Amino acid sequence: MIDVNRRVLPGFGLSLGYTMLYLSFMIAVPMAAGVWKASSLSFAEFTRAAFSDRAIAAYWLTLWTSFVSAVINVIFGGLVAWVLVRYEFPLKRFFDSLVDFPFALPTAVAGLVFGSLLVEGGWYGRFLVPLGIEGAYSRLGIVIVLVFIGFPFVVRTLQPVLESLERDVEEAAACLGANRFATFTRVMMPSILPAVITGFALAFARSLGEYGSVVFISGNMPYRTEIAPVLVVNRLEEFAYGEAAAIACVLLAMSFITLLTINLLERWSARHHG
Amino acid sequence: MSISVQNVTKTFGSFLALDNVSLEVPGGALLALLGPSGSGKTTLLRIISGLEVPDRGAILYQEEDVTGTSVRERNVGFVFQHYALFRHMTVFDNIGFGLRVRKRAKAEIRARVMELLRLVQLEGYENSMPSQLSGGQRQRVALARALAAEPKVLLLDEPFGALDAKVRQELRQWLRRLHDEIHVTSVFVTHDQEEAFEVADRVVIMSKGKIEQVGSPAEIFEHPANPFVMDFLGNVNVFHGDIRGDRAAIDTLQVPLSKDGGDSSGAKAFVRSHELEIQRERNGRPALKANVVHINPARPVVKVRLHAEEFGVWLNVDVSWDRYADLRLKAGDTVYVAPRNVRVFVHDFQI
Amino acid sequence: MASPSTTTAARPLPRRAHEDPTWVRWLLVGIALTVMTLLVVVPLVNVFVEAFAGGVEAYWNNLVGDPDTLHSIFLTLMVAPTAVILNTIFGLAAAWAIARFKFPGRAALTALIDLPFTVSPVVVGLFLLLLFGLQGIFGPWLREHDIKIVFAFPGLVLATCFVTFPVIARELIPLMEAIGSDEEVAAVSLGARPWHLFHLVTLPSIKWGLLYGIILCNARAMGEFGAVFVVSGHIAGQTDTMPLRIEKLFQEYNLPGSFAVASVLALLALVTLFVKTTLEWRTRRDLEERKRLAAQGGEA
Repeated sequence: MIDVNRRVLPGFGLSLGYTMLYLSFMIAVPMAAGVWKASSLSFAEFTRAAFSDRAIAAYWLTLWTSFVSAVINVIFGGLVAWVLVRYEFPLKRFFDSLVDFPFALPTAVAGLVFGSLLVEGGWYGRFLVPLGIEGAYSRLGIVIVLVFIGFPFVVRTLQPVLESLERDVEEAAACLGANRFATFTRVMMPSILPAVITGFALAFARSLGEYGSVVFISGNMPYRTEIAPVLVVNRLEEFAYGEAAAIACVLLAMSFITLLTINLLERWSARHHG
Repeated sequence: MSISVQNVTKTFGSFLALDNVSLEVPGGALLALLGPSGSGKTTLLRIISGLEVPDRGAILYQEEDVTGTSVRERNVGFVFQHYALFRHMTVFDNIGFGLRVRKRAKAEIRARVMELLRLVQLEGYENSMPSQLSGGQRQRVALARALAAEPKVLLLDEPFGALDAKVRQELRQWLRRLHDEIHVTSVFVTHDQEEAFEVADRVVIMSKGKIEQVGSPAEIFEHPANPFVMDFLGNVNVFHGDIRGDRAAIDTLQVPLSKDGGDSSGAKAFVRSHELEIQRERNGRPALKANVVHINPARPVVKVRLHAEEFGVWLNVDVSWDRYADLRLKAGDTVYVAPRNVRVFVHDFQI
Repeated sequence: MASPSTTTAARPLPRRAHEDPTWVRWLLVGIALTVMTLLVVVPLVNVFVEAFAGGVEAYWNNLVGDPDTLHSIFLTLMVAPTAVILNTIFGLAAAWAIARFKFPGRAALTALIDLPFTVSPVVVGLFLLLLFGLQGIFGPWLREHDIKIVFAFPGLVLATCFVTFPVIARELIPLMEAIGSDEEVAAVSLGARPWHLFHLVTLPSIKWGLLYGIILCNARAMGEFGAVFVVSGHIAGQTDTMPLRIEKLFQEYNLPGSFAVASVLALLALVTLFVKTTLEWRTRRDLEERKRLAAQGGEA
């Protein structure tokens, strides 16, 4: 089919050429600049900047909060996806559209709002703070806001997969004597698992780079609530461009690895699902 | 184990799928539910299995009311049209699923699965994945899976519908032989009349949520109960006319009837394609004059299509090869077509 | 006639849901709705409540009375559409190349388009600075020619473009793959030239998906924070877009002000959602129509 298209349909060269041009301009050139700048540091300087104690604390915090929030998203996002696909209830369409709200909302607004909700006098804070749960200016706050940001990724990844589950397979399991729980764990879960993992990876990747919302809620305290992107900006404001570039390169490496993993996962799941 | 369907009604929204249907399936029988789409046959099968619940009525397995029992507890073997195999499990795990879920011992499961693989002639495939099997093989795995837990009832929903014609033929005969060996009460759904008649002991013909006729294939063929059944069985020519006493006036043809039907109009006469004879001359028998339009010789019998212009009627006649050779028919010939066996229906009953 | 004994059998349940016991259903729905309310609905309501806390007049003043805020609104209204236009052209080109042709590296290209979703916007902004900033690679050259990119409008557009360019492409690629190229191939065989092809065949078939992609891209462009933050130098009254303005007001402890601006963006997000639902419905209807016509064609 596609070979025919190349002969018949116009614009291959033009569209591909423009795409490559745009992408190289958008991606390759800036990346090169970053790497160039980072390489202007000596190896020792680079290591010191990219792997200082403060930087390591920042990486660790970034990875940890992204991981935890992605796990939470898989659990609750999976639940929401299940409920939206399989059950009928009032206002279902409304809630379905609302799933995308975190995706459309600017991150700064998200950070602002959750900050105001979780702070001591806020709508959530007035219940949580007396219980000792500090939402604002804490790691918990970072996790909460990352859950908000990553929520649509898991739900929207799982929904199509849940929709494509064939009903007759479930009926077959029931005829063979399996109760709902056994049917779910033995028959349905293996089919859903690849999508769950992909959704997790997407939410995780998205959280890794998150800046706007976290800035408002974390208080940006070094070693405690300072995520890696914030550290980069901090270095920038002190005009330590080389150091900033070094840390940025580490973050970039993390992004590439995550992107590669997601891709491999998607390909693995496509193969397994045949 | 016998199955008893008693006054079952089922509606989906505003669509009446089954209208007060009752049916007895003797234990050990192989029964076919036959009918066009929308006739309710699949719904009836699913209600018998427990996958659907009737709005009214009851289902009994060997005198025991199972209407309120869930499908899980009924121990039915159900074979789906598109196999519904568990894609991520091997053939072995698929077949053994019912036993595993019922917490049988590993050794027992292994023995039973191997026995079934032998039965369905798929030894050596226990570690294959469903995606590696052909359609026919997958359906046999589905069958083995359904039989593994020794169900008392085997239900099949258009089991061969998704397969090629040749594979379908093979599996039909194979199902028949299997049933002869195992003697499980089996009910299968099909829209293919040939399939139903070839495989089943008893056939149930359904239309629009009602049962039109129940009987052995021979009974139904010889004595169709009403125009619908007659028409559904196919290979038939239909004429319209009136009844006058002991004759039916079909156009200008007068057909003697076996008994007096009174006087009425709106009768339908059915003549099967092989029950019409082509003659070169009118031989004193009531016959229609017709032109040969098309001859299809590529069949076990020669299929001739004719047009009886005076009456504006198209005719399909099956002619044996010998007769065809005798007549030396060509397209364009004018011949006479005489009915040998006419079934006349007024409304729904046969005269 | 024997009558059904247990309640589960007697009640005619909807086909799909009959497979799960009722209590499980209600429990799961309850939890799901609670989670969504706490996570999405309440924050949404909170934005508007806080924005209007001081009354409508104060709200209006916060937006229009403050010149810096007003400027930030105008700036956003210029930066975002520019980025969207650039990204639309890219999206169309990329979708055409990827959805219609097979070539080596196609999978890698498609994956590469997803890159901005994983890269931190701050990293993007930093790299742009390193390219075009005063001490950047092109810095001296730009200063010679008196071209300002960073700390100015072009830099904002570039940063926004980078972060949002996948949106339209990702919307169009699966859509065009699902529609297939049959109609376009037919059009070419009938003598259509590229412009005709695009204008009369391709564009109408993707119009709803394209529209949604544009609207979503716009929402994300207007809300972009991290990359723009780094590249803008946040000079109030000159290079602060709306999200940056929110942050600045927040730093100045002017909460009503920042909520006022935030509410405008939140409203935009709601409008985007509404448009999305409508368009998705339209696209789905279009696709189903297509399939139905194709099936009918087969029967006839």
